[in-house]
Amino acid sequence: MTEELHDVRLTVNGVAHDVRVPARRLLSDALRHDLELTGTHVGCEHGVCGACTVLVDGRPTRSCLMFAVSAVDTEITTVEGLTKPDGSLGPVQQAFAECHGLQCGFCTPGFLTTITAGLRENPTPTHEECRDMIAGNLCRCTGYQNIVKAVERAAALQQGTSVEEPA
Amino acid sequence: MTTKLMGTPVQRVEDQRFLRGKGRYVDDVAVGQDVLHAAVLRSPHAHARIVDIDVDDVLDLEGVHAVWTYDDLAGPMAPRMAEPLPLLIPHPALTHGRTQYALAKDEVNYVGEAIAFVVADDRYVAEDAVGRIKVSYDFLPAVVGIDRARAATDLVHADVPGNVGARLEQNVGDAPAAIARAPHRLELDLTIERSACMPMEGRGTVARWDADINRMQVWTSTQTSTGVRAAVAVKLGLDLGQVDVITPDVGGGFGVKINHPWPEELLVPMAARALGRTVKFTEDRREHFISSAHERGQVHHVSVGFDDEGRLLGLDVEFWHDHGAYTPYGLIVPIITSTQLLGPYKPQSYRVVFESLYTNTVMVTPYRGAGRPQGCYTMERTMDAIAAYLGKDRTEVRAVNFIQPDEFPYDQGLIFQDGRELEYDSGDYPASLEKIKALIGWDDFPTFRRSMAAAGRKVGIGLACYVEGTGVGPYEGAHVHIETSGKVKVATGLTTQGQGHATVFAQLVADELGVKFEDVEVVTGDTRRMPYAVGTFASRAAVMSGSAIHLAAKRAKEKVLKIAADALEADPSDLQIVDGVVSVKGSPGTSIDLGTVSVLSNPLRYAFDEASKAATQFSVGDPGKPPVPEDEEPGLEGKDFYSPERATFASGMHAVIVETDPLTAEIKILKYAVVHDCGHLINPMIVEGQIHGGVAQGIGGALYEKMAYDESGQLLNASFMDFLMPYVTEIPDGIAIDHLETPSPLNPLGIKGAGEAGVIPSAAVFASAIEDAEGFPISAMPISPSELFELRQTREETP
Amino acid sequence: MKPAPFDYRRPGSLPEALEALAGEPNAKVLAGGQSLVPLLSMRLAAPAMLVDINGVPGLADLEVTDAGVRVGALARHADVLASADVRRVQPLVPEALAHVAHATIRNRGTTVGSIVHADAAAEMPVVLSLVGGSVEVASVRGTRTIAAEDLYVGPLETSLAHDEIATSAFFPALPTGAGVAFDEIARRHGDYALCGVGAVVDGDSVRVGYVSVADVPTVVDLSGVPLEEMGEAALAHLDPTDDIHATSAYRAQLVRVLTERVVRSATDRSRGITEESQA
Repeated sequence: MTEELHDVRLTVNGVAHDVRVPARRLLSDALRHDLELTGTHVGCEHGVCGACTVLVDGRPTRSCLMFAVSAVDTEITTVEGLTKPDGSLGPVQQAFAECHGLQCGFCTPGFLTTITAGLRENPTPTHEECRDMIAGNLCRCTGYQNIVKAVERAAALQQGTSVEEPA
Repeated sequence: MTTKLMGTPVQRVEDQRFLRGKGRYVDDVAVGQDVLHAAVLRSPHAHARIVDIDVDDVLDLEGVHAVWTYDDLAGPMAPRMAEPLPLLIPHPALTHGRTQYALAKDEVNYVGEAIAFVVADDRYVAEDAVGRIKVSYDFLPAVVGIDRARAATDLVHADVPGNVGARLEQNVGDAPAAIARAPHRLELDLTIERSACMPMEGRGTVARWDADINRMQVWTSTQTSTGVRAAVAVKLGLDLGQVDVITPDVGGGFGVKINHPWPEELLVPMAARALGRTVKFTEDRREHFISSAHERGQVHHVSVGFDDEGRLLGLDVEFWHDHGAYTPYGLIVPIITSTQLLGPYKPQSYRVVFESLYTNTVMVTPYRGAGRPQGCYTMERTMDAIAAYLGKDRTEVRAVNFIQPDEFPYDQGLIFQDGRELEYDSGDYPASLEKIKALIGWDDFPTFRRSMAAAGRKVGIGLACYVEGTGVGPYEGAHVHIETSGKVKVATGLTTQGQGHATVFAQLVADELGVKFEDVEVVTGDTRRMPYAVGTFASRAAVMSGSAIHLAAKRAKEKVLKIAADALEADPSDLQIVDGVVSVKGSPGTSIDLGTVSVLSNPLRYAFDEASKAATQFSVGDPGKPPVPEDEEPGLEGKDFYSPERATFASGMHAVIVETDPLTAEIKILKYAVVHDCGHLINPMIVEGQIHGGVAQGIGGALYEKMAYDESGQLLNASFMDFLMPYVTEIPDGIAIDHLETPSPLNPLGIKGAGEAGVIPSAAVFASAIEDAEGFPISAMPISPSELFELRQTREETP
Repeated sequence: MKPAPFDYRRPGSLPEALEALAGEPNAKVLAGGQSLVPLLSMRLAAPAMLVDINGVPGLADLEVTDAGVRVGALARHADVLASADVRRVQPLVPEALAHVAHATIRNRGTTVGSIVHADAAAEMPVVLSLVGGSVEVASVRGTRTIAAEDLYVGPLETSLAHDEIATSAFFPALPTGAGVAFDEIARRHGDYALCGVGAVVDGDSVRVGYVSVADVPTVVDLSGVPLEEMGEAALAHLDPTDDIHATSAYRAQLVRVLTERVVRSATDRSRGITEESQA
């Protein structure tokens, strides 16, 4: 019995893609394998680790907890969409590079999308709000200290504030 | 560029691709290409005989290409696939070592053991197929936990009496006698529960057999490319030279990915060749829990004799190590426990004996710390117990036992995990102690405790010291190649899982060669680029590959200077290399760039590019002699290896202040401090990141994480919902860190390993602090609020 | 971990959705999916059909009046939590919602979905009971209202028929002069609670709802019980169990501690005493 395929239009990083997928194809897998946007990573497939977090209509969402077929009529942003059109790093990405906010890089895309949305909603977070912003994402390498610094640095970069670069 | 990069916080080159989502981890390899996907049928039972496996329904399923069970492995193409997986590190004491088969033969010994391997169009269909395989079992009793393994009412392996895989005893002096005649004696019983590395990326392997050139190409998320290469070649009946192993970007290892070959690392290449297709296996999280590896579970019994100052006259440690169902990694973990237990101390006599036991659970191989956390826990709990007994300050008791700065090198009289003497090369433990006391506010703590008590709040302070043997051999190597473009291509064979090797090694090459950091590109873990290597483990990469790269860069530089001297008609000692240009010191007009030197190093008949043509302005060599001098090779390369006589010993101390809730027993970290000595630092930002990460993993292991097996061998918490790794909210906001640098005399850069340090003293330091807060002994770790509550109840009921 | 195959419908209207459900006994409704999808991925559930209601218009509404808060089936936790109107009319809802998982899960998960999932370890099912709320359900046979006290019939089981969809949930407004509070203790931030407690104090009436210490969402009337004895009194109606995270004795202790803490807080609020006013 062949599995039924569904024609799905996924709008990702501003570009519409038409794919044919079974209903059970998770959005995380569709992004990675059907659209070849492998920046979104899969760490647990039960919604806990956050590595798969993308923005759906601007809101952080676990792509491993959505089916691709459910993602029609939405605008999806993945980590690839955070890079500037000229290829340079966006402010959140830049902050991570300056603050050593990543080591193996596997959890990082989920943090980047989450923080991008978080700073859009709250451009001047307090220190506590910075920690809160990343409270739903797991990292096994960094111990979070530098990720929190990166959130603060990203806020400063976006504000255009002249904050000293971290030591 | 005249400033040295060694010791500076250079931003990482890896980040440029990771931050753009352009990393290439194993599941990213071959995406969009024609790939088949694998899934594995894993045993749902901890101990059973396989009576029958029925795969009839599997091949009917659309999209399924093949299914293998053990019986399919014993074919003529690769007869060795039917043999057990290698026992990587044998040891005379490991009298009853056992390894599993790539697919279970007659028996399964843990929930998760691989039974059948399916390859299909995609992972979804492969899992459907696995669901259709019908296996009938004869159940056998499961042995779970150290107590039941020791009792041996049931056996894991029928031919392993008492479930004892190994028994190893080491003695320095006569500890039992020293204890018997010591002024004071104590006994302790201690337990550490099993945990696991749990990298964010699980295991995975991709393989492609190129029938046109008879080569097998393998990508695998590993810590040892050369180890996997050798295993694949041997098991698949290929020449080593026919196999390439490329380590992609790896999303964390922490030790679990040093074990090899996983069954899938053999089954995937086997399937790729059999089917003539690229095959990929990526495990899911549940599989990682039940079919990779765990570590940490041990039970210790300590007997110690000491004098009025707390000096250790005799230390006698007996412990039981749970190594799970199989022993592919030998006895490394318990050997490290036995030897590193000594920490920074010099007991006058020491006896350590362990039994390494089988249980029907996932096997045990190193996890960051690799047995050291358990040893540190035992030693530090003992120190605390001695201090409590004598009514002395816990730091005083430790201080009288320290190896003193003028006693290095210090031979502990034991054989370490590398088979060599456990001889500490350098360190300054008294200085570290002063620093950690200052950093945590040790002397001010009694005042703090009183003021908190007045507000009805309970706090405690703990301290733990460790020594870590790092940079173990046998060797690592490096290859430095300066291309005609002037770019420097560097390769070392060990692997990377987030440590920033491409950055730190480029720093070393830039410094040694005098080139721009941006012009250096480092590749790790690719057997095509560097086929001689051991792997990344035991905090050895900076020491081993760092040293090898430094030496290889030196060789390349020597050749550069020789050729440049000839071209510039100068003496090599009059030359300098700055930003990739060789010039005569004080005469900047007389110069030649590295790219041109590279052209000159390779006398070709043909000029391919502008660089070759430009080089003709220089003449080198003697027309009366061969163009490539004897004992030389064409090209501008340097290759060298670093093979140390012994490990180099890093050390450190952690301290923590905790608060425990009188009603709910919740445990809160108020302050965490680290003093850390890893010799000279190549990149302090990266070292600090390693400490942060290690401390977080340590907090997880001390307060949240453990493997919860039930009596029948089912892992009850095989998911991130129930295996509790810390989020940012469980980690203190800021860690106080101070450094000490006692350089290593054993390598040219004076460096020591840093990767594991953060996690080694965690169980010890938290047990110490919680005990200090509560006023009763804490002997089992990790500890949760519920467990602390229950301990309090027991204390109340039995005063 | 990939789900087993299923048929998929994405109806464009409620009647279409109801038809689809009625036609397939082994169908499940997909709204937020934050609880359902992991179950499917782990193959702990394998429905023959998923009816995805995310494309059905008119279900995302949040209607706040003086009578109370009506939350549509597709209203995401995040939107309910962010609504100042909801907070004003029934503050227990946002106070409890803040404890539901993590912000990212709340972006997609629905409050109604959580209610009909009927997990005793979740916050919103018991909150509905605590405020005397109800759900509106629809099927091809028509609509009906189910009061919270008739909703939860067993662990993870509601009185909804297999082909009924909950189209909204209604949380009555907090009466003037009443106070509410909610707190929970979990192992990690965002985890399922080891024990969670919500309370509504209205004059002499004290009603307390519990999370994770019974097998169904449970509300206990503790009116007239002295504050220090409330936890113990509640335990007579609860069944805290042992698991790998906590013993039943520890959970019972949390019941005692949290009951007192939460009821005191709700009582203070009912008296207009806030943290600011005490400072």
